[in-house]
Amino acid sequence: MKILYFAGLRERLGVGCEELELPAGVSDVAGLLAFLSARGGQWAALATVRNLRYAVNQEMARPDSPLAAGDEVAFFPPVTGG
Amino acid sequence: MRVVVQEGDFDVGAELQALRQGDPRIGALASFVGLVRDVNDGSGVTEMTLEHYPGMTEKALTAIVDEAARRWAILDALVIHRVGRLLPTEQIVLVAVAGGHRGEVFAACEFIIDYLKTRAPFWKRELGSSGARWVDARQADDQAAERWRD
Repeated sequence: MKILYFAGLRERLGVGCEELELPAGVSDVAGLLAFLSARGGQWAALATVRNLRYAVNQEMARPDSPLAAGDEVAFFPPVTGG
Repeated sequence: MRVVVQEGDFDVGAELQALRQGDPRIGALASFVGLVRDVNDGSGVTEMTLEHYPGMTEKALTAIVDEAARRWAILDALVIHRVGRLLPTEQIVLVAVAGGHRGEVFAACEFIIDYLKTRAPFWKRELGSSGARWVDARQADDQAAERWRD
């Protein structure tokens, strides 16, 4: 699957995009977030950052949104366009 | 209905002209233009960079415009949003709605910009006297969008 990070979160993590296999036992956005933050280092921030927003396959998602192999998942701060 | 994400500027007059061109049913045209200010939250702003999520941005804008067309009897709508580096006084966004009467086009135009500000994946980074900073989302924008909840 493809995982994208945007704006201040991308800068904080130092990564804008990564590819990985859907981890065993991960079935939703909250599970993926727990897996990613457990990698430690800068990734621990994913567990504590406030007001994190998510998208799955380019649609706004929720912590319990289901994930499947090949999905595109994005994490980002609240949007500020307009 | 048309949504555009682009780096370049846009000509409001030409865009409004094109939107209403050739449709004699249109009796009202409302538009909103968002501009870069030189101050935000009391700090000076010398330039701004707009980041977005290519692909999702266009989908989100299309969904917002489609929702406006579902709620009000409008005839056409246009959203142009710029990305990249922008300077104070430059245009950021144009929302324009054409319809038969003013009531629905005013409402649809306001709805589209309110939803855009809380649902379309754009992020502003400002550069000013105190350095660079990502703009925080404003609670007032959430409240503005909340007014339109079904």
